[in-house]
Amino acid sequence: MKKIFNHNSRIEQAFASFHCNRLSMLCLWVLVILYGLAIFADFICPYSYKDEDRDFSYCPPTAVEFWDHGRWERPFVHGRALTFNSVHRRVYVIDLSRKYPLHFLKGGRLFTVDAPGRFYLWGADARGRDLFSRVWYGARISLSIGLLGVAISFILGLLIGGIAGYYGGWVDRVLMRLCEMFMMIPGFYLMLALRAAVPENFNSVQVYVSVVVILSLIGWASLARIIRGMALSLRERDFVLVAKSLGVPDIVIILKHILPQTVSYSMATLMLTVSSYILAEAGLSVVGLGIQDPVPSWGNLLSDAMGIVPVIFAPWILLPGLFIFIAVMCFNVIGDTLRDALDPMFRD
Amino acid sequence: MMLKHVFYRLCSTMLLLLAVSFFTFWLMHATPGNFFDSLRLNPQISQETVARYEKLYHLNDPLLVQYGHWIINILHGEWGYSFYYNVPVTHVLGGRLFNTFILSFTSLLLTWGAAIPLGIWAALRRNQWVDRTLSVFSFAAFSTPSFFLAVLVLYAASRWGVLPLGGMHSPHYDSMTIIEKIRDTALHLIIPAGVLSLSSMASLQRIMRGNMLGVLRQQYILAARAKGLPEGVVIYRHALRNAFNPLVTLLGYEFASLLSGAALIEIVCSWPGLGSLLLTAVRSKDVYLVMSSTLLAGVLLIVGNILADILLTLVDPRIRYGARK
Repeated sequence: MKKIFNHNSRIEQAFASFHCNRLSMLCLWVLVILYGLAIFADFICPYSYKDEDRDFSYCPPTAVEFWDHGRWERPFVHGRALTFNSVHRRVYVIDLSRKYPLHFLKGGRLFTVDAPGRFYLWGADARGRDLFSRVWYGARISLSIGLLGVAISFILGLLIGGIAGYYGGWVDRVLMRLCEMFMMIPGFYLMLALRAAVPENFNSVQVYVSVVVILSLIGWASLARIIRGMALSLRERDFVLVAKSLGVPDIVIILKHILPQTVSYSMATLMLTVSSYILAEAGLSVVGLGIQDPVPSWGNLLSDAMGIVPVIFAPWILLPGLFIFIAVMCFNVIGDTLRDALDPMFRD
Repeated sequence: MMLKHVFYRLCSTMLLLLAVSFFTFWLMHATPGNFFDSLRLNPQISQETVARYEKLYHLNDPLLVQYGHWIINILHGEWGYSFYYNVPVTHVLGGRLFNTFILSFTSLLLTWGAAIPLGIWAALRRNQWVDRTLSVFSFAAFSTPSFFLAVLVLYAASRWGVLPLGGMHSPHYDSMTIIEKIRDTALHLIIPAGVLSLSSMASLQRIMRGNMLGVLRQQYILAARAKGLPEGVVIYRHALRNAFNPLVTLLGYEFASLLSGAALIEIVCSWPGLGSLLLTAVRSKDVYLVMSSTLLAGVLLIVGNILADILLTLVDPRIRYGARK
């Protein structure tokens, strides 16, 4: 059965086939859960991201126990005592004499233990901060930064590509040379060079904004080039001609008639770009040039692990990498499925 | 005709390079405050040096004039002074450029050497377990942050204890013979080059698979089979060549991601290349070093693109650049 697809039914069809794809639905749910945990980090995490206790540097994960002196009890954790072994390395021994029961829903947090005890579900970092809490507070930054960056570079890419393709001529040439200029510098180098221009005395919000801007500046050019190619062919089509002869202003034609036609392509690219931006933020933060320390992001949580020595003694600090992997993987799978569904070229 | 095309490309890229360099230059100067202020406060640098460089780079002139002087200086081989390393920038850059080249080139060879056979294999065994395993693998490799993979491999290597953990040379490198030196560098190269090629291999393998599948559906393949040609000849003589051409175009783009990827891997594996140099430069606000290494990365990318273009004309006889005009 051959059917002439109009624009809407193609997108509907894509969503339908997306719905049938079990793997991408699974990925969608994983992302929903990740974003949910990030949004409710204040409630889920036992500690704030900057709550540190230097006596528990690189404290290994604490086990939750139910069984004590031969009977069941409400969940509790044992205290930890810091000792040093024969080569003066920190060793945390479990102190069986101290018991801290887990409190649920106390003080607006899902679970906590009382003060002298510390509860490290996923271990502690160098300054004795809870990795579990830092991962979810970090998720706020890592997961939002990709979306914001993509939003900005999409607006830039769509507008510039649309304008270049619609007007053609010297406008096109100038804008495309601009794109090429940005594409001429390898992404990571461009990121570092842009970062070098950011003043050092920024506070955490300003750093966040500047990282978003840096990310959005590296990705818009390639999108603009592709949108321009589409706009070049779209402007010759009848509906654009009709709109023109009716005296619709150029900017309205670009925004209302040309750009919506490119949606199917850009939606899939959107997802794939989000994942590359999450990776880029991680890369920038991991070398210490992205989000700065007390504020966590998945990238700068890993910066400790870049020297190989801490990893050997505290392998749990690699955990944020797993979450980067999961989030990026989900965005990639969804983007790939959408592209297959939307692009007739990839359809068999 | 070929030469004319290369010449034309060189001219247009020169213009682009000028634009890139101006952008970098402007970026460095957009930072609030004169960067020489911090140099004046640095007791390690004599006031004469600062004054000399202020004069050399015409810091009191308007931006465009400064830029003009910078470009002229660059053409004269005077790339500026690295205040972090306390030597002229060119002294640092040369060796670093070479190291980045070694790393990128090795991983390029590894990537292409592995991805193309794997792509063909997956296409021929479409939707069988080989293809499925490879596609899961590509997705995983594509989604793993390269620096994270590098750390995992380094961690494994630290347990295993055979491969060196980062760096480029062993401490006693200077006292080695030539053959030992090559072996030593090759050993140090295994982890960074392997990790670097693993992530780009994933996408290349998928693309090769897609191309191959597209070509296998063509009429001429059907014709070749109908002629009764052996399957090996159909695939390796007729299909492969046509599936391969689009990849050569990709080679140009590959350079960009390769250089970016290499930068992070260099930093994690402490490979003394251009990327780790740029990081040091950015961290210490070493302006001339930042500008020069960004510019050099741009040049490297352009050279790569031109090479890919030339290669394309050699591989695909249908492309004749001269005929276009």
